[in-house]
Amino acid sequence: MHIDNFASGDSLLHRLDPRVKIIAAMFFSVIVAVADRPLCLAAAICFSLALLLIARLSIREVLLRLLAVNAFIFFLWLFLPFTYGGEKLFSLGPLTATREGIIYVFQITVKSNAIVVALIALLGTTPIITLGHALGHLRVPSKLIHLLFFTVRYLQVLHLEYDRLRAAMRIRAFRPGTNLHTYRSLAYLIGMLLVKSFDRAERIRKAMLCRGFHGEFYLLSHFELERIDLVMFLIMMVVVGGMASLQWIILK
Amino acid sequence: MHISEGVLSPPVLVAGAALTAAGVAMGLRKMDNEKIPRVAVLTAAFFVASLIRVPLGPSSVHLILNGLLGLVLGWAAFPAILVGLALQAILFQFGGLTTLGANTFIMAAPAVLCYYLFGRSVTSKHPGVATTLAFVCGFSAVLFSALLLAACLVFTGESFLHAARILVLAHLPVMFLEGLVVAFCLAFLMKVKPELLGVTHAAG
Repeated sequence: MHIDNFASGDSLLHRLDPRVKIIAAMFFSVIVAVADRPLCLAAAICFSLALLLIARLSIREVLLRLLAVNAFIFFLWLFLPFTYGGEKLFSLGPLTATREGIIYVFQITVKSNAIVVALIALLGTTPIITLGHALGHLRVPSKLIHLLFFTVRYLQVLHLEYDRLRAAMRIRAFRPGTNLHTYRSLAYLIGMLLVKSFDRAERIRKAMLCRGFHGEFYLLSHFELERIDLVMFLIMMVVVGGMASLQWIILK
Repeated sequence: MHISEGVLSPPVLVAGAALTAAGVAMGLRKMDNEKIPRVAVLTAAFFVASLIRVPLGPSSVHLILNGLLGLVLGWAAFPAILVGLALQAILFQFGGLTTLGANTFIMAAPAVLCYYLFGRSVTSKHPGVATTLAFVCGFSAVLFSALLLAACLVFTGESFLHAARILVLAHLPVMFLEGLVVAFCLAFLMKVKPELLGVTHAAG
């Protein structure tokens, strides 16, 4: 199982303080998610693409990722142009597509992809464990951070466990198909995965108690804001503020 | 079943975030430090299980398993699903940051509902009753999730009505599949590890 796909690299964004990246990603996502003016959305796309260039990620991989993420958006393209009221543009049998409908879906598509690209460039370039530490420093409840760390840690262990169970099934000539036998076998596979996790969790709990765990979780990574972090933070905040003013203050 | 960024209207996003924050707060309060490893390892297990491709006719689907997750984790389903979706958003960019609240609520609320509706009764001694209820649990968890998803879309705009209706209908086969898998899985767990469902061993 591959995690942290985009996290390896040595660009300016990879080295930026993760707290800065998280805050910038949050503000950017929220503003874009609620914006609807064309100028603001155009600025959002430009900002996302600029981030992508700075992060120097493989364009091919980013495009592949976008294709997967846009499944829901493709689905909306099938419906919204025909169900959104407005001026008639063309007809497909009994269906009438409206100009407003197409503009609306297009707007959703732009918003969605602008946010996804920014998230790849900002959060994808940080190893997930580092993000956890940064979230801890940003006062996210420690139990939640704790849960995140443990989940990430055991995700890969359990995926290996799953591979092992799956290999055992294959050796016994299991071939999945649309039948009750397949569903029963996969249900038992999931059940076995849960049983193994349950036992493993018990061992972890005991091991932690042996080592004197008393509910305190120590954050080992600490971050220091350097000049470049502050500069980047200011630049990103100015851009996001500019987008907000394009949306709400400056008249069309 | 993830709603992408940029689709939902601000009131729906805010409502989703607020409800999820309340659910997560409740879940964290019920989860003492001792239980964190268990919840985390099970969260990881459900994450892995949701990656399994289950054949269905010419194509295949992924299971959601939120009914089963609710039975096993109770209120901890909220923080568990939040962490799972946050990981998907960061690692694979499915879902997103602003939709995290709405997406978590869509999956976690039915999980907790299943915990209250079926938590006791699926461990019934009568195998027929237990299996039937387990099927209903798996089926209805996905049904409620699909309805919540549809509600999120329709509250965003009337024009989503058709798309929402098709989404619910498209999930019907998944509902049956989930019902079957949860029924089989619970029968297995009752035999192998009833503690997982909160049943303590009788003497011996």
